[in-house]
Amino acid sequence: MAIETFYDVIRRQGISRRSFVKFCNLTAASLGLGPLAATQMAEALETKPRTPVIWMHGLECTCCSESFIRSAHPLAKDIILSMLSLDYDDTIMAAAGHQAEAILEETKAKYKGQYILAVEGNPPLNEDGMFCIDGGKPFVEKLKWMAEDASAIIAWGACASWGCVQAAKPNPTQATPIDKVIKNKPIIKVPGCPPIAEVMTGVVTYITTFGRLPELDRHGRPKMFYSLRFHDKCNRRPHFDAGQYVEEWDDEGARKGYCLYKMGCKGPTTYNACSTVRWNNGVSFPIQSGHGCIGCSEDGFWDQGSFYDRLTGINAFGVELNADRIGATAAGVAGAAVVVHAAATVVKRLTSKTDA
Amino acid sequence: MSDAPHSGVRFRGVIDLDEHKVHDRPTIYVYEAPVRAWHWTNALAITVLAVTGYFIGSPPPALAGEASAHFLFGYIRFIHFAAAYILAVGFLVRIYWGFVGNSHSRQIFYLPVWERTWWAGVVHEALWYLFLRKEPKKYVGHNPLAQTAMFFMFTLFTLFMIITGFALYSEGAGIDSWQAKLFGWVFNLFPNSMTVHTLHHYGMWVIIIFAMLHIYAAIREDIMSRQTMISTMISGERQFRDDRED
Repeated sequence: MAIETFYDVIRRQGISRRSFVKFCNLTAASLGLGPLAATQMAEALETKPRTPVIWMHGLECTCCSESFIRSAHPLAKDIILSMLSLDYDDTIMAAAGHQAEAILEETKAKYKGQYILAVEGNPPLNEDGMFCIDGGKPFVEKLKWMAEDASAIIAWGACASWGCVQAAKPNPTQATPIDKVIKNKPIIKVPGCPPIAEVMTGVVTYITTFGRLPELDRHGRPKMFYSLRFHDKCNRRPHFDAGQYVEEWDDEGARKGYCLYKMGCKGPTTYNACSTVRWNNGVSFPIQSGHGCIGCSEDGFWDQGSFYDRLTGINAFGVELNADRIGATAAGVAGAAVVVHAAATVVKRLTSKTDA
Repeated sequence: MSDAPHSGVRFRGVIDLDEHKVHDRPTIYVYEAPVRAWHWTNALAITVLAVTGYFIGSPPPALAGEASAHFLFGYIRFIHFAAAYILAVGFLVRIYWGFVGNSHSRQIFYLPVWERTWWAGVVHEALWYLFLRKEPKKYVGHNPLAQTAMFFMFTLFTLFMIITGFALYSEGAGIDSWQAKLFGWVFNLFPNSMTVHTLHHYGMWVIIIFAMLHIYAAIREDIMSRQTMISTMISGERQFRDDRED
C-alpha cells in the first residue's frame, strides 16, 4: 500500500477540500508569504508521503510510550494512525518475532535516508552491549545499524537524552545516551522521565508537517518546549519572589501553596514545559499538586543529591555533604588556623623580646 | 626592628615635635588611586554578594500574608545581581588598569614562575609564616607568597564566580540574552545547572576563606613586617620601617 499523504489523512478525517485550501491560504498569509505560497503548500501536503518512523526501545521503562499514548492535543491515535507511518514499534505493534524484525530491514532498504528513528531508552556499552539484547543482538548494534540510514533521530526521554537512572553513578552497565553513540545524524533530545505527552506529539507533528527538525538549543532540545525553566512560568513564582516558602510538608505555607524552593524543588534548574503545558490533558503538574520538581528532564538528575534539598550535595567518600557544611567547615578550619597562628605570633614575639 | 634615628633629620612644621625619636623612613607610592578604589569597592561588593548569596541558597524564614505585600527574595536577588555587576565591571576596569597602571597593578594577574628569586621569595615568606625565619623580606608590591594566594584564591576564583554567575543569571535572562550568548558555554561543561549552582556556592566559600586569610595576613604584616600594609591600601603609600640591605 502506498503511504498516505497528509491531504489523504485530513480528508479521511472529514475535512473538506474547501477548508483545506482555506487552511493553506491562512497559514501562508500568517507566515507573511505571497499568494503563490498557498498553492505550493497545498501541493506539498497533497503529494508528500507521510514520514516513516521506526520506534526502538533500549534500556528503558516504557514510561515514554505510556506518556505518548496519553497525548490529548493531538490525540496519539491521530498521530500513529494518520499523521505518520509508524512502521515499527515493538511494544505496540501487532507483528512479532521475525515478522517484526523484517520490517526494520524493509524500511531501511526502502526509505534509505528518509525515515525517522525514534529511540526510547539507551544502549549499555559495557560487556560489548550484552546488558540489553533485542532480537538476539545487542541493542547498541541494532541502534547503530538502523541509525545509518535514518534522516534524523529522536531521543525520547531522559534515558535517550542524558542516560537517566540506568546511567546514574556508578553506571555498571555503562548506559550511554544516544548522542554519545551516534555522532553523524541530527539528533533531537526530548528529555523528561517521561517527557510530557503533548511535547512528544508536538515534536512529531512539527517534524511530519514541516519535514525538518524544530529549532534546537545548545543541548539539542527543541526550543519551543525547553527554552524556559519550569520556574520561569511557575504558578507559585510570586511566593518565591515574595520570600514565602513551604518549610515543612504539613505547615501553613504548604496549605497556602507557598513556593517549594526550600523543599528542594528543582524548578529553578529544570528546563521543561510542565508549568505551561501541564500533564494529563492539562490537569495539573507536580508543583500545582504540592510537590517540588525533581528535575527529571535534566542531565544526571539522579546524581544531584536528595530531591528534597535546596543545596545539593557532593558525594565524597560515600558521605553526602552539602555545599554549606563543607564550606563552613573549611572556613572554620581556616578561622581556627588564623587564631592559632596569631596566638603563636604573639607568643613568639613576647618570648623573643625577653631574650633580647 | 627600628633602625637608629638619624640625627641630622628634622621635620619641618610639626607643631608638637619635641622629645620624639625621628626616623627617616623611605616611602614609595605603590597603589594608584584606581587600584585602591577598586579594592574597596570590590571588598564591599564581595561582602554584599556573600551575604545575599548565602540567603539565595538558604532563604530567610517565610513571611506571612499575601504574596503581593512582599518582595523580599526579589530584593535579595536584585541586590546580589546589582553587586555582581559592580564586581564584574570593576574586574574589567581592573584588568584594563593592569595594562596601563604601574607594574604592581599587574601582580594579581600572573605569577612570575620563571624567576628564581621569586621562588626563593615564596619559600622565604612561607618559612617566615612557619616561624622558621626571624624576618620577612621587604617588597614594594605583594610579597611572592601573598601574590600566589591572591592569584589562585582571588583572581582565578573571582573569574570563576563571574563566569558561573553570569551563566546562572542567563537562565533567568533567557537563552537569547547576551549573557547566555557569552556565558552559555558553561552549560556545555555542566549540562545540569544544579551543578553550576553548587559550584558557584563552593566558590563563595573559597572567597570567604581567602578574605579571612587576606585580612589576617594584612593585619599581621602591618604589625610584624618591615613595611606598612593597611594604610598603603588607603593612601597608596608604602613606608619601609628600616633601610637595611637584606
